[in-house]
Amino acid sequence: MNILRKKSAPNLPFSETVIELFIRLCGFSCIIFVFGIFFFVFREGAGFLFNGLDLGQFLTSPEWYPTSLNNKRYGTLALILGTFSVTALAMCIAVPFGLGAAIFVSEFCSPKLRETFKIIIELLAAIPSVVWGFIGLTLMNQLIIRVFNAPIGLTMLNGGIMLALMSVPIIVSIAEDALKAVPDSYREAAEALGATRWQVIYRVLLPAAKNGLLAAVLLGAARSIGETMAVLMATGHSVNIPSGPLSWIRTLTATIAAELGEVARGGEHYQVLFIIGVLLFTITFIVNLIADLVIKGIRQE
Amino acid sequence: MRKNSLTNYTVIGILVVLAFSLVISGCSPKDGESAASKDAAQVIKNKGSDTMVNLAQAWAEMYVDVSSTASVEVSGGGSGTGVAALINGTVDIANCSRQIKPKELEQATQNTGKVPQEFIVGYDALAVYVHHDTPLDKITIPQLAEIYGEDGTITKWGQLGITHTNCPSDKIIRISRQSNSGTYFYFREALLGKTRDFELGSLDLHGSKDVVEVIGRTPCAIGYSGMGYATSHVKMLEVATAPGEPYYAPNLENVLAKTYPIARPLYMYSLGEPTGEVKAYLDWILSAEGQKIVEKLGFVPLESK
Repeated sequence: MNILRKKSAPNLPFSETVIELFIRLCGFSCIIFVFGIFFFVFREGAGFLFNGLDLGQFLTSPEWYPTSLNNKRYGTLALILGTFSVTALAMCIAVPFGLGAAIFVSEFCSPKLRETFKIIIELLAAIPSVVWGFIGLTLMNQLIIRVFNAPIGLTMLNGGIMLALMSVPIIVSIAEDALKAVPDSYREAAEALGATRWQVIYRVLLPAAKNGLLAAVLLGAARSIGETMAVLMATGHSVNIPSGPLSWIRTLTATIAAELGEVARGGEHYQVLFIIGVLLFTITFIVNLIADLVIKGIRQE
Repeated sequence: MRKNSLTNYTVIGILVVLAFSLVISGCSPKDGESAASKDAAQVIKNKGSDTMVNLAQAWAEMYVDVSSTASVEVSGGGSGTGVAALINGTVDIANCSRQIKPKELEQATQNTGKVPQEFIVGYDALAVYVHHDTPLDKITIPQLAEIYGEDGTITKWGQLGITHTNCPSDKIIRISRQSNSGTYFYFREALLGKTRDFELGSLDLHGSKDVVEVIGRTPCAIGYSGMGYATSHVKMLEVATAPGEPYYAPNLENVLAKTYPIARPLYMYSLGEPTGEVKAYLDWILSAEGQKIVEKLGFVPLESK
């Protein structure tokens, strides 16, 4: 309270002080929440993490047998590879589409069409993930069986397509902002030098906006890594080292979602699931940190 | 200094909790009296198995029309959770899709002074499902064990002696459940006993209904789920305990005759011999009217007396 008083003007009305205090609290609360969540997740798993869990086996063994009666094994390699492979596949699909759409919306569209596109892209972002999962489970499943003659359609490809559709809106809106942020003088200068439209985009805009575009891709990737419901339903949810787009896999997030509900509170399995939570937190934190540093790089330029 | 204040808080916290629990324990008999004197509906607390939670809920909902003096409060959480609550004496009836363990029985008797009483309220039969185009009608438990078990030897439909034309890869796609569901535990024990695990790489779906749904869309798949979930897209296999033994279809007669090998009783446990409203409720569950609901939800009712 004292700090607030000192910083604000001496004859500020009381209501303004209250509002300022409230806004300050809002600002600090997000820091408290982030650290609070990390602390909670870490605390729940810490007992087993430091006392009993074979960390080498946890990270390098593909054998996930949390409920075996006489030989419990907690290896998450298959789950880690599952998460990364489905994310990588999703990015392979989403990045060309997302960046292409962003370039189109930002450079080629008429203003009227651009508004329509933006609304539709936002609509795409608003579809709940369980609906994507449902589409994966029913529609895509049969489509993949038919097109690829696969034994079952609940595969990495299915999950990858769902994740791609979910991260495209994020990539488009951030990438479009990055392209818009390139000063018009760049475009004018390039055109004055006789560059075609394609040359302007390829040689001038993309290099100038590259940090923003990278940030867009990384945020899209972070969304994919953290996604749970759609991959739980669409990838087959099977502990399996991925061997190709048509193999069925399981991700870290889906494992937590599927198993936490019925696990005995405080037991080994419960704690291992929280350690997976810490692992996920670390992975997304690193991805977000890279994205942040990249965005910071743009601002400094 | 900081440590001191922390321990202070801990002490205060413990005191508060203690005081609170004293207040609650002191009050509860009074609450009971006042409820009885007001002639309000008595609440029967019912908790346990997730397999049975829909059934228990359906009973509770129907019971509203039957009795005006008691209402039933149902929650899930798993068989273990229900038994734990019974041991602590916080529920009137525990639902259990397995039999109570001797150790739990002892704990409950010690803790509450009453011996839990067992009631079989119905049966749950797990059917083995395949896609309806699969040219297979029968399977044995050892075959299922080799399909599902760790290092199992059966991975192709051809090994079961059939030519599966709708499944060009001939690979058996194993559909299973998430590794801590009661159904998973029961199926694993029925197939593999207590020493062998399932082979990894099965598709572990989340819910009995999903299993049937996916099998109905996947010609190569095999899976297990409650027999009440059957649809026209899937086929239930007849099961034999061993090669050479007779095969039995998962239906009411075979489950009641105890010839179908993958069926388990569903239990309810009360603390001590049930009395009053709890007795009335259990009697109603075991009556023809209560058993009708068992059949309606896809479980197997008890033999009509």
